[in-house]
Amino acid sequence: MSTAADPSESADDDTVEVEPDVAADAIDLDTYDGPTESLSLVEAVRDGLGLELARDDSVLVLGEDVGTNGGVFRATEHLQDEFGPHRVIDTPLAESAIVGSSIGLAISGMRPVAEMQFMGFASPAYDQLVSHAARMRSRSHGQYTLPMVVRMPYGGGIAAPEHHSESREAALVHEPGLKVVTPSTPADAKGLVAAAIRDPDPVIVLEPKRLYRAFREDVPEESYTVPIGEASIRRAGDDLSLFTWGASTQPALAVAEDLAAENGLDVEVVDLRSLSPLDVDTIAESVQKTGRAVVVHEAPKSAGVGAEIVATINEEALYHLEAPVTRVTGFDTPVPLSTLEDFYLPQALRIREGVLETVEA
Amino acid sequence: MSTYDEPEPTHRSESTSPPDDAVQVLDTDGTLLPGAQRPALTDQALLEMYEELVLARRFDERATGLQRQGRIDTYAPMRGQEGSQVATSFALDDEDWLVPTYRDHAAKHAHGRSYEALLTHLSGYREGYAVPDDVNALPEYIPIGTQVPQAMGLAWGFTMQDPHDRAVLCHFGDGATSTGDFHEGLNFASVYDVPTIFVCNNNQWAISTPFEAQTATETIVEKADAYGVEGVRVDGTDPLAVYAVTRAAVEKAKHPAEGERRPTLIESCQYRLGAHSTADDPSAYRSEDDGEDWEDQDPIERLERYLYHEGILDDDLADEIADRVEDCLATAIDRAEATETDPTRMFEHVYEEPTDRLREQLADLDGLRERHGDDAFAEVGE
Repeated sequence: MSTAADPSESADDDTVEVEPDVAADAIDLDTYDGPTESLSLVEAVRDGLGLELARDDSVLVLGEDVGTNGGVFRATEHLQDEFGPHRVIDTPLAESAIVGSSIGLAISGMRPVAEMQFMGFASPAYDQLVSHAARMRSRSHGQYTLPMVVRMPYGGGIAAPEHHSESREAALVHEPGLKVVTPSTPADAKGLVAAAIRDPDPVIVLEPKRLYRAFREDVPEESYTVPIGEASIRRAGDDLSLFTWGASTQPALAVAEDLAAENGLDVEVVDLRSLSPLDVDTIAESVQKTGRAVVVHEAPKSAGVGAEIVATINEEALYHLEAPVTRVTGFDTPVPLSTLEDFYLPQALRIREGVLETVEA
Repeated sequence: MSTYDEPEPTHRSESTSPPDDAVQVLDTDGTLLPGAQRPALTDQALLEMYEELVLARRFDERATGLQRQGRIDTYAPMRGQEGSQVATSFALDDEDWLVPTYRDHAAKHAHGRSYEALLTHLSGYREGYAVPDDVNALPEYIPIGTQVPQAMGLAWGFTMQDPHDRAVLCHFGDGATSTGDFHEGLNFASVYDVPTIFVCNNNQWAISTPFEAQTATETIVEKADAYGVEGVRVDGTDPLAVYAVTRAAVEKAKHPAEGERRPTLIESCQYRLGAHSTADDPSAYRSEDDGEDWEDQDPIERLERYLYHEGILDDDLADEIADRVEDCLATAIDRAEATETDPTRMFEHVYEEPTDRLREQLADLDGLRERHGDDAFAEVGE
């Protein structure tokens, strides 16, 4: 498995050089037995942000409504009270300026954490993200680096108005120089936010807003990181590998449990968690073990990240496959308004059908 | 960082009442201000404007209630802003175009959209966005400021085809003036001298961000100077003043005097009395008494008092109007709630002709629906 690393430092070397404090503070959530608190995903994001603000004076949180209001999803609630308006900053309404100024802040030595209120509203910032954030390191030949984070709530399932439900991870994953992570659990959310802030490169944290308050879990109270670039095997299994991330992880796990109970089918559920860099080793090892794979994502099918995973399986494990890889995804249509969302999202029924089709192929 | 003198966060809007320098026609008690003139509107037209305002206020109340009951999705309230919305649309001719935002329900209705259609999309059916052929309006804009250059382009295209044919009125809020699109759109409009009326509904808040934290300028209207566009500041709670300045801007857009530029930026000073949306809780960022002075600036009461003073409206007529408004809304709600849709609709209108892949995806979905029924698509297993 790969670990969080600065690619420029490891380009000519098989030994991956690990970013020191990220690795030092990484913990194994499965074996952790220290003090915990029960948090929802959005509370875990806030906890992660608060600990990093406290830990490092150069960390700043900025965006629309993040200060006094504590964010429209309350992801930054009370942080301005605790750290002041110069560390948790309400900006004018301008996504391009929020990301563009973050680039400048990062070059100056700060560690900005910018919030895009919804991924569907982040489009004006894409110029700054893809033309500049993604390539400042390479165009300056390593002279300038951008230790910055852009957080974006994404995905559907909350009966939101138009432009509030997009899953555009593929566009970001396609940009060399950006890292893209997306948690599916509160514990991962806290650790990934911390890892993203400490990362020397620009990291996009995609937060599945359908999961913000969907459930709670026990999260370590201490500060810790979840290394970027590592997938998480949520359920081990031998019969089929199901690759997913974000909000789709929950229905995927439910389907796996149901199929195990009903007909003994043992589905391995892999939450990729980091979409760029992708954990190729875990994907390959899983398919080599099971021989069958299904990819589930909420974004439209065509040119989605699922296509990248299928191509990776072809490169790394083609001769282990016993059936074509199936994709269960959103459709190649705009995300519908609330009345048709259940038909658009890859919910349990379609995931189950995709798995059975792949097993029977 | 310790050398930086940290400012206190702004927790309230400093704009406690409409500014003195804005154009006004009516005093708050509904009398004509000294030197002000009644706009060229007949008694009948004034009554229609009044009825439209009463309807807007009741729509706002009903829609907020329907959202609370879970009968519609997220709704953006407009209380206190109805006067400007209705008056700007009254100033348009039928052939003129309206480019609205998600809060401009009354502006849309006054320019020909039905409240039934508005409730249809608020109920989660995209069908509600379809604009009838005889109404010159675009569907509402949700991303902020994006409509400004588009409205300019619409007007630009019209002038290429007939220079005096149609004007375009584009709504946006104070927050939108911080976006690049606002500046780019105004600049283009001025450079190409197109018939666009840009109406900034300055309601003092962009969700939680007060006007003072949005821009360091005193006004929005002064930004017009930078682009060579005429700027007018108007009391947005005075429907007759808003009508007068907007009508003048429409006339100028279509029939400019020698050397006169067509575009106008109108800053319509208002106050968002309610929440940003039904998903928003303003108590997190503003005190209860913030905006109190604006409560006294109710655009509906202002026009109503004027109409009573002038003998155009009396109690019987007001009751008649109130009854008509209730009937109109009851019918709109019933019809919107009777809307039917089908998952196949998702695949329509993505392209003129569905692609092979879309047809394939639709066939897969239809197969699943046949085998399992539509109820099986609910998010079970979460």
